[in-house]
Amino acid sequence: MTITVKFFSLIREAVETEQLVLELNEKLTTVEALKNELGLRGEAWKEALSHPNLIQAVNQRVVFQEEGISDGDEVAFFPPMTGG
Amino acid sequence: MLVHVTDEAIDPGELATRFYRSHPDAAVATFAGFVRDFNDDGQVDSLYLECYVEMATRVLNDLGKTAQERFGLRAWQIVHRFGQMETEDPIVFVAASADHRGEAFAGCEFVMDTLKTDAPFWKREHSGDEGQWVTVKAVDKDRRERWSTEGLDQ
Repeated sequence: MTITVKFFSLIREAVETEQLVLELNEKLTTVEALKNELGLRGEAWKEALSHPNLIQAVNQRVVFQEEGISDGDEVAFFPPMTGG
Repeated sequence: MLVHVTDEAIDPGELATRFYRSHPDAAVATFAGFVRDFNDDGQVDSLYLECYVEMATRVLNDLGKTAQERFGLRAWQIVHRFGQMETEDPIVFVAASADHRGEAFAGCEFVMDTLKTDAPFWKREHSGDEGQWVTVKAVDKDRRERWSTEGLDQ
């Protein structure tokens, strides 16, 4: 399956990446599994994606890391929001 | 346009005037937020506001609809800027109209208190050559949480 992954703010800076389009194994079915997979890219990735304040969204909705992912989804990782 | 997320300059005065004309209801409350020139550490020269535009648009739409339902608003509007800004530049504009002032004020305040922590924007303040990401303030969390508690008897 193909998914798009976006990174914002501190997380974007830490992994030096704004966006990825990934072809994933069908067995990789949750955000948590995706984080573990991305963590294999290096220490900076592992550290950024294991931060206790990390927020994750699937298709622009904030979710827990146990949330499922499927073909065509857009997943995003970012720190707590500071709008207004 | 109920929600507008833009990297272009916004004019709260013009937005308010248009809103008043389009929604001549009994009570209209508006709020405008501007880039401050100070933080806890001293002077701020400029602000970069990063945004996840697609999600911000969705979150602000959901927020406006929730406010409309919760406070019986007749109309509402949320405009949020992102990108590079200077001090005193407008960042956000919120308007809410209702039959009575209490609902209009509450709708406006609820939207602002909630979007601070729930809409995907991230502030980076610059002072001289130094830049730092702004962290969530306890007061913002408290104000957001207050609406969750008060929501039980609304």
